[in-house]
Amino acid sequence: MTTDPSLDSPRTAVSNPPVQPMKANLGPGDVIRASAMPDLPPPERELTPVAKLIDVSKCIGCKACQAACAEWNDTEPEIGYNTGVYENPHDLTPEMFTLMRFSEYENPESGEFEWLIRKDGCMHCADPGCLKACPAPGAIVQYTNGIVDFIHENCIGCGYCITGCPFNIPRVSKTDHRSYKCTLCSDRVAVGQGPACAKACPTQAIVFGTKEDMLTHAEARVEDLKSRGYDKAGIYDPQGVGGAHVFYVLHHADQPALYSGLPEDPQISPVVRGWKGVTKTIGLAAIGAAAVGSVLHGLLARANKVSQQDEHEAEELVDHGIPRAGTERV
Amino acid sequence: MTNAWTDIKNTDLVIVMGGNAAEAHPCGFKWVTEAKATRGARLIVVDPRFTRTASVADYYAPIRPGTDIAFLMGVIRWCIENDKVQWDYVRHYTNAAFLVKEGYGWSEGLFNGYDADKRAYDMSDWEYQIGDDGFALVDPTLQDPRCVWNLLKAHVDVYTPEFVERVTGTPRDRFLHICEAIGECSAPDKVMTSMYALGWTQHAKGAQNIRGMAMLQLILGNIGMRGGGVNALRGHSNIQGLTDLGLMSNLIPGYLSIPRDSEVDFKTYMSTKGNAPLRPGQTSYWQNYRKFMVSFQKAMWGDAATAGNDWAYHYLPKLDVPTYDILRMFDMMARGEVNLYFCQGFNPMLSFPNRAKVTRALSRLKLLVVMDPLQTETAAFWQDHGIYNDVDPASIQTEVIELPTTCFAEDEGATINSGRWLQWHWAGATPPGQARPDTWIMGNLFQRLRELYRTEGGVFPDPIVNLSWDYKDPHEPSAEELAKEMNGRALADLYDPKDPGKLLVPAGAQLSGFGLLRDDGTTMSGCWIFTGSWTQDGNMMARRDNSDPGDAGTFPNWSFSWPANRRILYNRASADLSGKPWDPDRKLIEWDGQQWTGYDVPDIAVTARPEEVMPFIMTNEGTGRLFVRKLMVDGPFPTHMEPFESPVANPLNPKLLGNPAARIFEEDLKQLGTSDAFPFVATSYRLTEHFHFWTKHNRINAALQPEFFVEISEELAAEKGIARGGRVRVWSNRGEVWAKAVVTKRIRPLTCDGKTVHIVGIPLHWGFTGAARKGFGPNSLTPFVGDANIQTPEFKAFLVNIEPAEGEAVS
Repeated sequence: MTTDPSLDSPRTAVSNPPVQPMKANLGPGDVIRASAMPDLPPPERELTPVAKLIDVSKCIGCKACQAACAEWNDTEPEIGYNTGVYENPHDLTPEMFTLMRFSEYENPESGEFEWLIRKDGCMHCADPGCLKACPAPGAIVQYTNGIVDFIHENCIGCGYCITGCPFNIPRVSKTDHRSYKCTLCSDRVAVGQGPACAKACPTQAIVFGTKEDMLTHAEARVEDLKSRGYDKAGIYDPQGVGGAHVFYVLHHADQPALYSGLPEDPQISPVVRGWKGVTKTIGLAAIGAAAVGSVLHGLLARANKVSQQDEHEAEELVDHGIPRAGTERV
Repeated sequence: MTNAWTDIKNTDLVIVMGGNAAEAHPCGFKWVTEAKATRGARLIVVDPRFTRTASVADYYAPIRPGTDIAFLMGVIRWCIENDKVQWDYVRHYTNAAFLVKEGYGWSEGLFNGYDADKRAYDMSDWEYQIGDDGFALVDPTLQDPRCVWNLLKAHVDVYTPEFVERVTGTPRDRFLHICEAIGECSAPDKVMTSMYALGWTQHAKGAQNIRGMAMLQLILGNIGMRGGGVNALRGHSNIQGLTDLGLMSNLIPGYLSIPRDSEVDFKTYMSTKGNAPLRPGQTSYWQNYRKFMVSFQKAMWGDAATAGNDWAYHYLPKLDVPTYDILRMFDMMARGEVNLYFCQGFNPMLSFPNRAKVTRALSRLKLLVVMDPLQTETAAFWQDHGIYNDVDPASIQTEVIELPTTCFAEDEGATINSGRWLQWHWAGATPPGQARPDTWIMGNLFQRLRELYRTEGGVFPDPIVNLSWDYKDPHEPSAEELAKEMNGRALADLYDPKDPGKLLVPAGAQLSGFGLLRDDGTTMSGCWIFTGSWTQDGNMMARRDNSDPGDAGTFPNWSFSWPANRRILYNRASADLSGKPWDPDRKLIEWDGQQWTGYDVPDIAVTARPEEVMPFIMTNEGTGRLFVRKLMVDGPFPTHMEPFESPVANPLNPKLLGNPAARIFEEDLKQLGTSDAFPFVATSYRLTEHFHFWTKHNRINAALQPEFFVEISEELAAEKGIARGGRVRVWSNRGEVWAKAVVTKRIRPLTCDGKTVHIVGIPLHWGFTGAARKGFGPNSLTPFVGDANIQTPEFKAFLVNIEPAEGEAVS
């Protein structure tokens, strides 16, 4: 893998993050597209495209990625029920951005039984249907490194992003009426770390780096699978959405649907493509074109802000090993 | 583990049987992924269920729970028949050539000397023929009919592929495919590793399951090799430390024995621990037992342990029975013979078999003290939780005291991983509320107890009053102080016995290795196998250098690995008789003409000449044991035994019940179920989403696997009218549970002895405390019987019945 230390993206989620504090490198100047904002100024620079590779053949379905995701994003997935399967929660939710999906498959060719486990979540499409469908200015942005991020302050909870997504990923919260999905840990990536799920994955089934490195790695994995009799092993990086910044290595790349209904050839719905121009206009009319620039700037500038209070408490903890008086443990 | 987690990357073939490494040891399993991805290693899984490990395996075969011995003996038979034997290794490094006494024999599932009334063997003939010189007789040509090799061939003869299929339910073609893959690893440059866990130990013949694999690995020449070995995946993060430190009723630290009451004095005790070599020139390292024992006594009682008082041997408790294991203790408790139970970091209400009996036992205590970071079911055993804990609190008089303790992330010390690495850790968080380290609680208790003995005397106050307690704060010994004490130090200047003018270690200095221990009271060490972990150079356990010379996977400067920082046990066996590595690409150590050198600490004296001193220095023979003499109570070879509750009779002898040498209490014998009323085989296991009974207290883990379930095949579901996600009742002759049904293709009915055998899988993470939904554990159902040698409960194979249940549970 590339080890050039001056590169603008983290190489891998496995290595330890930089020790020196790093200025967040995903700012307004790194946005290449934003929902309902056709007149966005061009980005100030081009970051190296990043990608998360999910190698289903190494995945043991342990759900460490789900736990890490909930921990990092500070979500509270509901304690539900068992419905006779291993998936929990039973679907993606506004509190659970990634989900292990399990399918039982009797391979008619080999006669072998297979338990196909796939980590589901946002694919970070190069041509994101959610962004295209979204009528709220600046609610969905795409950075030059490929990450597609939801800016919740701008979200109006209409759910068009779900319609626009060929993978059925975003979920709208019934509590705050905003849409949620995997951010590819943009807040971690911005400071040189890999996504939390990749960091937690015990078998390195989830790896992260530049898209180029990940493709090279994926090709080697496909070779290994072919040596084990999976003649149809391959890479799932759907071109119908322009390729993706989350992609898979599959043992049966010719049958993605085996993996809990992964689409064969995902495309942005023609309906979405048709309506996007209209909604954009509506969106702009609603908000006033002059405000667009400030919306974008204001929403992105908030990332990773640490208040003076937070800073002070952290220092106390480090210096004295105890939380400040009045800070209750919960 | 004979080897280490990191060493698994060196293997060619991983066989996971008796375990589910991806599920229960996901972080360690990364080394399997590494071996597969970088060396092209293959992974084979043999398990009653198609597990998460099987989901990433190259080949899978099902097996009926509790029939692993038949499978393994069948593999050994196949290897011998097809000449898949590492012959040079077997001839020189195993006891294949040793001649066994004429009296030893086996027929109809039993070895000679069986006494059905005592459920025990007279083992005196399970020994070698001894020559006039006092050494065992051997026949290096392996022609003598009484040599171990020929007895082994005769012993495994019954385990034909047909017999294996009939007993285990493993389809013959799958069994033979696996035999062939395993057989390839008899080549000196092909190595297999065995990864097993409680799927092998939690049987009434658990130790014999593991012996079966140890024998196979000796025959393949895979013990001592990089990428080889027999690797126990320990179930708790520090359970290796528990056994190392002797937290068993019959052990003291470093695998020394608690005396029996027949061993009235130190001389009698030591008379059975001479460990003279059985072949000329062999190391037989346990000859040093006395040095370890005296150093232990000095650590315990300091100046009060003297040569004049036999090193205070009379202070040690003496056992009147072989062990006071948990089954015996809870049986005694249930009979009202125990007043006070101090339960430290344990949750017997979910961990011990036959929960109804556990509840009954706890209810007869006067006082129960629970030390735990969490609120456990054990501490709450008296609370009424509806069907989840159906008791009448008013009828229980036991007083319960909970002492909250810190958890591992809140204190400092070493945990010992499966690979025997003592890894130091530092407190990562401040303990909540009034939680205290276990050492604080024990320190405070001890101070008060000793004061009572000092002021009030008692029948025998000496061992308490004279206990060595030389800590800066006697109320809370620090982790550093305890670690240094376990390592040991010189109590006087130690001079070189060969050169009396040469000072080796000055008085008071930490010892660098157990070779320095003495039996004259001039050294102390709390746990001899840990010597070297905290030396004059500091805390070796805190080392974090991840360099790996030769890419050997040994990482010699990362933490400390007992014994002597050795990463792979028996590593002398990785080289041939002349001292050259069997496989140059897998060099660990080699003989350079003068001494042993290489990537690991040699498991032999560094100047021991290769053709004279054999590799297995801990055995009296100098070899690995295919025939284990009388060291195991249920036989010198593993023989197929059915679980105590089984759907079929033992085809070797239909009259045998379970392991014929295993202890079972009368009351529990009566509670065994039979297959007419309980036709289905149940097995218990862990899930990745949870760790035992801890993580159900954590919201995220609880969300990932919220509710108790059982797993059954589609066939059984159809037969019983059970729907996926429906509610079922599962019951045994000891109890009942209600669960959701996971109906799956991952469990298939097996055909054993002409009968269809259905399997019910029961995971173990739910109880009635914590964040997850209330549920049950498999221990509500399991039989109260343990392994014949070490009493590990038979949690992996028992009989149940199942039916659909109406409605939702009311709690």
